[in-house]
Formats: sequence, structure tokens, C-alpha cells
Amino acid sequence: MRKLVLSTLFLITIATMIYSCQSSEQLKQDIYYANGRDLYIKHCQNCHGSKGEGLNALAPPLTDTVFLKENKEKIACFIKNGASGPITVNGKKYDGKMPDFATLANIDIAQIVVYITNTYGNKQGMYTPEQIAEDLKNCR
Amino acid sequence: MKFNRSILSAFLFGSVVFLASCQDQKKLPILGPREAATIKNADGSTSVDTVYKTIPAFSFLNQDSVYINNDTFKDKIYIADFFFTSCTTICPTMHRSMKTIFDKYKDNPDVMFLSHTIDFKYDHPSVLKKYAQKLGVDGPKWQFAYGSKDSIYKIAEKDYLVAVIEDSTAKEGYVHQGWLILIDKQKRIRGAYDGTNPEQVAQLTRDIPVLLAEDKK
Repeated sequence: MRKLVLSTLFLITIATMIYSCQSSEQLKQDIYYANGRDLYIKHCQNCHGSKGEGLNALAPPLTDTVFLKENKEKIACFIKNGASGPITVNGKKYDGKMPDFATLANIDIAQIVVYITNTYGNKQGMYTPEQIAEDLKNCR
Repeated sequence: MKFNRSILSAFLFGSVVFLASCQDQKKLPILGPREAATIKNADGSTSVDTVYKTIPAFSFLNQDSVYINNDTFKDKIYIADFFFTSCTTICPTMHRSMKTIFDKYKDNPDVMFLSHTIDFKYDHPSVLKKYAQKLGVDGPKWQFAYGSKDSIYKIAEKDYLVAVIEDSTAKEGYVHQGWLILIDKQKRIRGAYDGTNPEQVAQLTRDIPVLLAEDKK
């Protein structure tokens, strides 16, 4: 009986260790996602909405998964430097101005990108501050 | 005897319920400063009455470059606020809330909306027009008012009791409060709700029918 209990405990411990090893990447992404959500509520939600639905023709929604995928490396530029001029999202044309959030650090922007590209029907995984730094070099 | 007592208590209980139901329906408060004034009655005697704060006569250009004034809102209740089109902080949230109410009362001619811009430098009527179109509310029901700095800032602070400031140290150049002000048909202030707070906006949504019912009597 004692052997059985001990071996069960041993197995559970091993399983937990393996599980936590596997999900450390996932854990990091979850942390980014949660922090990104807080930053989103603070900086983005008033225009883009609590469900990423946008605001009529004033602010585009964040639900266009294709747009987000194709323009992923531009998102950092949009956030850091602001954006203006016509863009087409969900087949609708938007011609407004987005303010810059120049004070946000790369890690903040990475967290926002992880949040918006993994919610509202998007599922694009992790994005790192290093990638943001790279993206910001190529801003037009 | 015991039987009688229970009948009596049932009767008392019933009459209390009956009396309570006779009371006036819920009424919204009348906000703002007030003063007592002596008025002359028809028979020559005098009595004292309360004079409530009302929105004075105004005249602003709207999004169609047409002058609007008090008469535009005659016999209407309306919701007023102060904003500017390039504002990206509280204004989108305020107008998201207002638009929800706008959509709800789309077909009720008794309810109107009035947004004053405090950006007298940039928000000319043509800019307001574009903004209204983009918000999807362009029409006579929701008026966007443009006026001189003096006139808008004065009516904001003295009459609607909303603080608005031109502040060069603020990122967008202006600082203002996000109140949605509910005005009744007698031009009195009947409510002020923080347009960025969902609970207060819900309260406004509940208060509009109360105010509308009051005028029906």
C-alpha cells in the first residue's frame, strides 16, 4: 500500500515538472497577454472599444484577422508613431488619424500586440520586444 | 375578537399599500443654483416662488453651418456635452455611450442631442460635419455646435456647469469634463452623468423615460 502511495506521488511530481517545463513559453505569452489587456484598456479601448469593435467610421475594429496578420510588423509603428491616411479594414475604408503613443516602451508595445493578435478571434501567438525593436527600425 | 383583529390589520395593511401607490411617480431632481423670487399673482397679492437655473438663450453654428438656438430644442429634452473632434481620450467613450442612447431614441422626436466643440481653432462646421458622418449620427436629431471660445466656454461653465479649459500643457491642448447633461423642456438641468462611466450612463438611460413621462402629464 505504501509503495503504491509513494509511486503515485512520484509520478504526479514528475508529471507536474514536465507540464510546467512545456508551458513556460505559454506562461510568458499569458503574462504578456494579461499585461497587454491592461495597457489596451488604458490606451486603446476608448477608441477601439472593449470588444475591439472600433467606433463606427471613426476608429477601425481590430477584428480583421487577415489585416492584422498581413500588417503585423506595422502595428508597432502605428502605436509608437501614430497613423493617418486611408486604410481598409474588414472591407471598409477608414480615413482618420490615430494619435502616437510615443512614451510606450518596446515591451509595452509587444504586450499590446500579443493581446490584440490573440483576442477578438485572432490567435497569432507570442511577439517579443526584440521583434518590436526590429519593426520600429523599418517604420515608414 | 381575534377574527376582527386580523381583519383590522389586513385593512390597515391594505390602506397603507393603497396610499403608497397614490404617491407621485419618481421624479428627477432639478439641479443647479436656485433663488427665491417674489412674484405677483393674478389677484394682485404677492407670493414667493423658486426660480431654477435654466439654460439661457444661445446661438451657435451647427455642422451644416446653420445657426441653431434655444428654439431648435423647443419642447424637447436633450442631452448636452462638450468635446472636440481630435480628442482621443474621453470623447470617443462619451460619444460611444451617447450613440447607444441615440440609437435607442432614434424614432422619438422628443429627445435630442447637442455636442459643443471646445476646439474653436480647428473644429469648424465642416470638420464637425465629417465627424458626425463618421460617427453615423449626421442629421437634425444630434446637433454639433461651433461657437467662439468665449461663448462656448461661458455656457459650459456658467450654465451647463461643465469645466472646460484650453491648456497648452495638455497633450491635445484642451482639458474638459465628460459630463452628459440632461436638460428638460423648461431648459432646467435634471441630471449630470459621467459619460465615461458605464454605470452612470445606464442611470441616464433609465432616467430619460422618467423625464419623458413627467412631461406627458
